[in-house]
Amino acid sequence: MIETELRRCVAAFHPGATGVTGAAKLSGGASQETWTFDIVHPNGNVGAILRRAPPGYGAAPGRAAGLDAEATLMQLAHDAGLPSPKVMHVLTPEDGLGRGFIMARVEGETIARKILRDEEFAGARPILARQLGRVIAGIHGLPQAKLPQLRSLTATREIEDLGREYHSFNWPRPVFELALRWLRDHDPGPSSEVTLVHGDFRHGNLIIGPDGVRAVLDWELAHFGDPMEDLGWICVNSWRFGEIDKPVGGFGTREDLFAGYEEAGRKADPDRVKFWEVMGTLRWGVMCCGMMQRFRLGPDHSMERAMIGRRASETEIDLLRLLAPRGR
Amino acid sequence: MQDEPTPTELIKAVADFLRNEIAPAIKGHNGFKLRVGINALDLVTRQLALAETGDATEAARLKALLGADGSLMELNRALSEKIASGEVDLKTPGLSEHLWQTTMDKLAVDQPNYASYKRELGAK
Repeated sequence: MIETELRRCVAAFHPGATGVTGAAKLSGGASQETWTFDIVHPNGNVGAILRRAPPGYGAAPGRAAGLDAEATLMQLAHDAGLPSPKVMHVLTPEDGLGRGFIMARVEGETIARKILRDEEFAGARPILARQLGRVIAGIHGLPQAKLPQLRSLTATREIEDLGREYHSFNWPRPVFELALRWLRDHDPGPSSEVTLVHGDFRHGNLIIGPDGVRAVLDWELAHFGDPMEDLGWICVNSWRFGEIDKPVGGFGTREDLFAGYEEAGRKADPDRVKFWEVMGTLRWGVMCCGMMQRFRLGPDHSMERAMIGRRASETEIDLLRLLAPRGR
Repeated sequence: MQDEPTPTELIKAVADFLRNEIAPAIKGHNGFKLRVGINALDLVTRQLALAETGDATEAARLKALLGADGSLMELNRALSEKIASGEVDLKTPGLSEHLWQTTMDKLAVDQPNYASYKRELGAK
């Protein structure tokens, strides 16, 4: 039982804690798990989240920043007053829980369809885009000297990576080729300013309450690069969940997003944002194809993964709407 | 010749049973998985109904665009290479129309409720 290890671990970093209760796995791939649990304390229980690679799993693969870097980034964001959970403890080998960290649990909603449709969030929707613009600006402005080691990416490099991954599937998709060609032809070159980029700033990784955004999660894809990447990614149509006329997450306008970003003293570049929106749309399409590959090759032979493969065509129509809009 | 009922009729009967009798009784994560499974069966029936015509018209357009013959896979590979090299682009007569029609035909099978698809269908 994971509660045994958690109890020992919590006793060491949370003074007065008498145990843990209600441990439940929220999500888990082969190499990364998220657990929720309560720290039992005489002054009242404290909600906590464990994010870990179980014992036996080494450093994070490929694009991932690594759990230690994620913990550092979350703590820096928290310290800067951004909506980010407090990091309570970074796991050590003595904890026997693998690699990872424990953070405070933030109550709220991450499911896009609820955020976009439920009455509870009616007051949050009109203010979210501007709020998120300010939050993204805050992330891009985190003190460079304190940031952990992360990969550096340019637009050129990301186009190459995406093209290589798509070609590895060996399944011709003329619309993806058109998008790759467009990206190469419109590569804006190195950004004049390179900052921390969250890398996955979208529904699912944002905890939203009736009052607006409460926490930014999942820094797994954080890297150094063009700050406009984060603004483009959150505009990708795949994150609008049907509300296609509200480009920011299905709840707001680019103008509000940019206004929030600029209120925090930074400058948005709409052309670069559009470039990254095209890149992001293609990236989600390639990711859908990748899930289909993992389904076919076996590690995750689930219907869900198989069906996500049939969502790549959604990104094809969105790419055509961006690159070859039909006259009307 | 195989006997009746057709694959489409069989899959539809199973999907309708799962949708109407089983789904209401299943909650939680398995309920979610069941809905994904029903969606998969519905997709297969759409593909069985639409793919033959879609593939034939796609192949005809590709042959006209490329001035070449081949399987659908070979033709799509050839078009992809020409787009990558820049030999064919959106200024090439027929390319945009071909990509749009092919994509619309895919969405009709994959995700006919996708908002962008419904918008484009209405705008045609």
